[in-house]
Amino acid sequence: MGLAGESGCGKSTFAFAITRMHNAPALISEGEILFEGRDVLKMSDRDLRAFRWKETAMVFQSAMNALNPVITIGEQLIDVIFAHQNISRDAAWARGEELLETVGISKSRMTSYAHQLSGGMRQRVVIAIALVLRPKLIIMDEPTTALDVVVEREIMDELQDLKDRYGFAILFISHDLGLMGEICDRIGIMYAGNLVEMGVSEQVLERPRHPYTKGLVGSFPTIHGPKKRLHGIPGNPVNLLDLPQGCNFQARCTSCFAPCATTEPALEAVADRPPHFAACHLMNADAKATA
Amino acid sequence: MTDIAEITVEDMVIDFPVGGGLFKKQYLRAANGVSLTLRAGEALAIVGESGSGKSTCARAIARINMPTSGTIRVDGAEITAPGFRQSQRDYAAKVQMIFQDPFGSLNPVHTIRHHLARPIRIHAPELSATQVDERIIATLERVGLSPAAQTADKFPYELSGGQRQRVAIARALAVGARFILADEPISMLDVSIRLGILNLMDDMKRDGIGFMYITHDIATARYFAERTAVMYVGHMVEWGDSDSVTQSPRHPYTQLLISAVPEAGIRKTRERKAKKAEIPMRTPESRGCPFAGRCLKVMDQCHADMPPITKLEEDHYVRCHLY
Repeated sequence: MGLAGESGCGKSTFAFAITRMHNAPALISEGEILFEGRDVLKMSDRDLRAFRWKETAMVFQSAMNALNPVITIGEQLIDVIFAHQNISRDAAWARGEELLETVGISKSRMTSYAHQLSGGMRQRVVIAIALVLRPKLIIMDEPTTALDVVVEREIMDELQDLKDRYGFAILFISHDLGLMGEICDRIGIMYAGNLVEMGVSEQVLERPRHPYTKGLVGSFPTIHGPKKRLHGIPGNPVNLLDLPQGCNFQARCTSCFAPCATTEPALEAVADRPPHFAACHLMNADAKATA
Repeated sequence: MTDIAEITVEDMVIDFPVGGGLFKKQYLRAANGVSLTLRAGEALAIVGESGSGKSTCARAIARINMPTSGTIRVDGAEITAPGFRQSQRDYAAKVQMIFQDPFGSLNPVHTIRHHLARPIRIHAPELSATQVDERIIATLERVGLSPAAQTADKFPYELSGGQRQRVAIARALAVGARFILADEPISMLDVSIRLGILNLMDDMKRDGIGFMYITHDIATARYFAERTAVMYVGHMVEWGDSDSVTQSPRHPYTQLLISAVPEAGIRKTRERKAKKAEIPMRTPESRGCPFAGRCLKVMDQCHADMPPITKLEEDHYVRCHLY
C-alpha cells in the first residue's frame, strides 16, 4: 500500500496516527483504527507498547538521523530485542548479527557507530531494527528520499525481497509516484488532509480519475519514451488554516465547475473490480452524462 | 562587459586539503580533468551522485573556489589567469548561481523587494529608485510571481518553496545574468511544482540564458537540458547530446544510473548492474578508472590507467576502456 501526496497533505500525520504517536495538541477527533479487529485508539498503554514494534514498526524519513550516534549499532539492535523478548545477551547479539546480514550488512558492523556508516547503510540498519520482532506491518515514511538513486534502488530491491520472504505489509509514504508504482500494490493519493483517490497501482497511475492525481502523474518526466512538454500542477499548495468551501483542490484544478465551490466531494467508487475510489464531482457529472 | 556567448572549461582539476601533517598535506581530488562548454540559450545537465564533484565544478565556474589547475574561459578570455582583470563584480553580474535550498538562500528578516533591490543597486548603481523598483516588478512578473507588487512586500516565510525558488531565479535575472548555474534547483520542492520551475527555466533559455543544471535525477536532465554530462567521483565519464546519453548509455555507470530510475508500473528485473562497493575517495595519487571497483566489466587495464576520451558519434563521448 502506498500513500502519496505533497508536503503538508497529511501523509505522515496519518502514519503517526496509526501507531498513536501523534503528540498533543494533535487529536484524533473521529474514527477508529482497526488492527486485526482491535481498535488501536482504545488500547491501553501496555497493549500499545506491545502493538508497536511487535505488530507494526516504523521507519522514518530521516532514518539516517534516527540512530543514536554514541551507541554502537549492535547495542541499538539488541536494545529493541531486550525490550520485548526475554532472552540472553548472547542470543540477542546473535539475532542482531543475523538481522544485519538479512539487510545486506556484514555482521562485523555490529560494533560500528552510526557515523562510520554511509547513508544507505544507516537506512539498512534502521530497516533491520524494524524487522527485529517480525512485525506484520512496517510503516515507511519517505524511507529513501535522502539517498542517491543507485542506493535507493538497492534498498527498494532488498525491501521487496524481505517482503516476499517474511510476508509483512508495507505502508509506503512518499511523493515519488514512480517508485510507488514499482513497489506498491495499491496507492492512495492525499491532498490537503483528504484521501482523494485510492485503488490498484496500475489503475491509479494509468487511468487516474481525480484531477490532482492526473497532475501528479503528469509531473514526472520519463527517462524513456517520447519527450513532450509536461505541465505539472499550476498554483501552490493550499493553506490548511484557510480551506475553501467545497473541494480543497478547486483553486488549482483546471476542470473546476459549479458544484466544486459549494460541496466537498466524497470518496466514491469508480470501479468495483479492481476497487478504485476517487473524490471528485467530475465523476458524477460523467456518470450523469452517460446515463 | 558584453554578453557572454560561451563558457569553456578545460581540463579542470580541483583538490581540497583534507588533513595530513604540517609537511605532508593530504588532498582530495574533487574534480579531475573536467572539460565542458556552456552555451548561451542552452542547458547542460551535470548528473551524478552526491560527492561526484558536480557542485564543486559549478562553484569553480562561479569563482567561489579556484581550480587547482586547468582553465576556465569566458568567450576566449581566461578568467583563471593570474592577470585576469575582470572584477568579480562584473563577472557575477553575468554568471549567477541558484542553490538547492530555497528556505536557506533567502534572508528571513527581509522582504522580497530587499532581496532583489540589493543586487540591482550593487550591479547598476546608476539606476534611480523608481527604475530599481520597475525592474523588480518586471523581474517578478517574468518569473511568474504575480501580482508582483504584492509579492515584493512579502517576507520569505509567506511564500511556498516553489515561489521562493522563483525569487532566487528572479534575483539572478535582476542583475542581468546570462548564465545561471542551478545547483539542484528542484530537488527540495514538491513534485507538483517542480515542473513549473523547470518549464520557467526552459522558457528563459529562449531569451538566450544559458544554464548549467546540476541534478541527480537523470530523467529531468533529459527533459530540460540539451546536453548531459554524467560525473562519477570527479570525472566526467560520459557526455553529449541528452538523448544519446539517456537512450543509448554506453558507460557502465550511466547504464547503472538509468536502470535505477524508478518508473511507474514497471517492475524492474533484478539484474545486478554493479558490484556493491563504497564510492571511493580520489586523491591526486589515485590511478585508473574511478568506477573500476564497482564495474562488472572491469579489465586489468582499468585499475592502471584512466581511460582516454572516445568519440562514439557526433556529440556523444565516453571515457571507458570498453570503447
